[in-house]
Amino acid sequence: MEAARAYAPPSPKSDGQQGRNTRQRLWLALVFPHFPLETGCRGVAGHEPVAVVEGQGTRARILACNQAARKAGVSIGMPLSAAWAVATGLQTVSQNTAVEAAALRGIAAWAGQWSSLVSLVEDRPYGLLLEVGGSLRLFGDLEELTTRIRAGVEELGYRARLGVAPTPLAAWLLARINDRRPVRQCETLAGRLAPVPLFFLGLEKNTYKALGNMGVRSFGDCQRLSRGGAARRLGPELVHYLDRALGRAADPRPAYVTPAVFMQELELLAETSALDALRFAARRLLLELEGFLIARDGAVGNLELGLRHRRQADTCIAIRLLVPGRNARHLLALLRQRLEGIQLPAPVTGLWLRVDKVLVSAPSATDLFGSVEQREEEQQLLVECLQARLGVDAVQGLERLPGHRPERVWRYCAPGTKSPAAKSEMTAPRPLWLLACPRILQHMPRIESGPERIQSGWWDGEDIVRDYYTARTSEGVQLWVFRELRGEQRWFIHGYFA
Amino acid sequence: MNALPEALLRHPGLWQGKARHDRHAYVSTGFTALDEQLPGNGWPRGALSECLVTRPGIGELQLLLPALVHLAGEGRWMVWIAPPYIPYAPALGAAELNLAHMLVVNTADETEALWAAEQALHGGVCSAVLLWSTVSDVRPLRRLQLAAEESRSWAVLCRSKDFSRYSSPAALRLALEVMDGRLAVQILKCRGSVPTAPVIVEV
Repeated sequence: MEAARAYAPPSPKSDGQQGRNTRQRLWLALVFPHFPLETGCRGVAGHEPVAVVEGQGTRARILACNQAARKAGVSIGMPLSAAWAVATGLQTVSQNTAVEAAALRGIAAWAGQWSSLVSLVEDRPYGLLLEVGGSLRLFGDLEELTTRIRAGVEELGYRARLGVAPTPLAAWLLARINDRRPVRQCETLAGRLAPVPLFFLGLEKNTYKALGNMGVRSFGDCQRLSRGGAARRLGPELVHYLDRALGRAADPRPAYVTPAVFMQELELLAETSALDALRFAARRLLLELEGFLIARDGAVGNLELGLRHRRQADTCIAIRLLVPGRNARHLLALLRQRLEGIQLPAPVTGLWLRVDKVLVSAPSATDLFGSVEQREEEQQLLVECLQARLGVDAVQGLERLPGHRPERVWRYCAPGTKSPAAKSEMTAPRPLWLLACPRILQHMPRIESGPERIQSGWWDGEDIVRDYYTARTSEGVQLWVFRELRGEQRWFIHGYFA
Repeated sequence: MNALPEALLRHPGLWQGKARHDRHAYVSTGFTALDEQLPGNGWPRGALSECLVTRPGIGELQLLLPALVHLAGEGRWMVWIAPPYIPYAPALGAAELNLAHMLVVNTADETEALWAAEQALHGGVCSAVLLWSTVSDVRPLRRLQLAAEESRSWAVLCRSKDFSRYSSPAALRLALEVMDGRLAVQILKCRGSVPTAPVIVEV
């Protein structure tokens, strides 16, 4: 007990008051225990045995492997040659720190949608620290937030352990021991962190050695050491570490600043031309892009997807959106149309997604009018899908215009254009079918009603003077016909009442 | 009678006589005489209907118009794929159809038109999908019928009357012709019993 008291530092007087005035900080730690493996094979949906290899040539050893490989008899630390002997068809990926670092930044950019402060942990095990105290109100409650983050990370192709605590270090340690119960108060931290094994703490080698000699095995054991004694014998490192973990000393974390452009890559385990496989990988990248855009409240108008080949230049697919957007599902549907339409020169080994220009998104109202907006987006998606294959001009809306000339009281327009209701100036009925070009009548039909004189357009040189009639053929089909009141005074058919 | 095999009962193409008609699965044609003759008293939704006309313009749009007006309230797309003429906006507007929901798709060939129809049926963003086609092969039509079954859309295929000789997977087939200046609708095929006499529709 004396030791514990001795350890307790002089508490700042203003501590309690400060806690009341300032918003409580809450950190969420994401630890990716299988990171090297997942960065290597998240582009592929399959369950074939996969292993990550560290080192070269005869020194090559298994660093990590998936369930299928483990089942086949592969274990971590095994020489590569031995692994190949036990698991035929084992696919291997070389460990690549640069790829891992880039992948971590990709998740960090994606995670910006959940928090204004995302910090990287760039050492094995890789992870992220998110300050979520300020985001709780926005996303409901903590339970909701963690569920959404966990699901989101999984969709990107990673499995994460989550820990929540008032200090980043404590959150990290809780995530390491996979303790899912969040800690909201600093006071309860000491008890909850007690079972954390010593080697999770990430201390200097010498400190570990000294602590090991003293019989210290866990975080709880460390807390029982006398503060002065620990500092004297082990240096300030451990004392400072405990202070930061328990919220007695400041622990500022550098915020990850997302780059202005988006560029992410994904390697495929094996070459493929299968559309499903490409779509699966592209989806992962598009989801990352979606988070990146939500984080900065942006949207894209143009994006470029590249397909890598072994010995040829990349196949680039440029996608242009009618309305800037960021919905991954929407983008994927567009991409799918394009993928179906192209001929790949060779199998694909990897993908990249690039956005050079992030546009300002139109203010979204997901909370208030979410369903309406979503429906409009889905409606828009159909148009874009059709236009992607048939061409922009092939898919159009209809619009009414003021005036009298039958050819000019309407026009094709962008789909969904809300035309101001051109008030009906029609006295006589109009046909449902209009001929693109009036056709000269071969046989004179029986006139049923008319004439309706339309004389207009003197100001633009395309003036008409016509008498319109409704007529019926001998078969009984109702027509809209007119007689030119100039020149040869010929009769034309202009529409069917249909 | 032995019970039908389970797999057969699940087949979407099999209509079971005892099944009750879901009111929401049908939309009234707007013509009482025709409604009375049709199962469900209207056009089936989530199924393909076929209009066979001697020639375009004989009154097929007048027949479709009341149902279009009815469905316009849903605020979803109404897609016209490969129409033979231009759907005339003033006449549609006069029928109180909201032009902002109209989508006209002009295609270069049959394949594109069928593809566009299938796309329009997927995703449930269209209340009506109208397709004009001269396709005779039954396979693309079956695809269309299946796509229609998965949607809630009212899907109509307009073809020439010459195709009435061929079999079709459409749930409802109507042959249209003009008799004494009036539109006569003959039901060639529908779920349930098929009436023999044509129905005269006053358009």
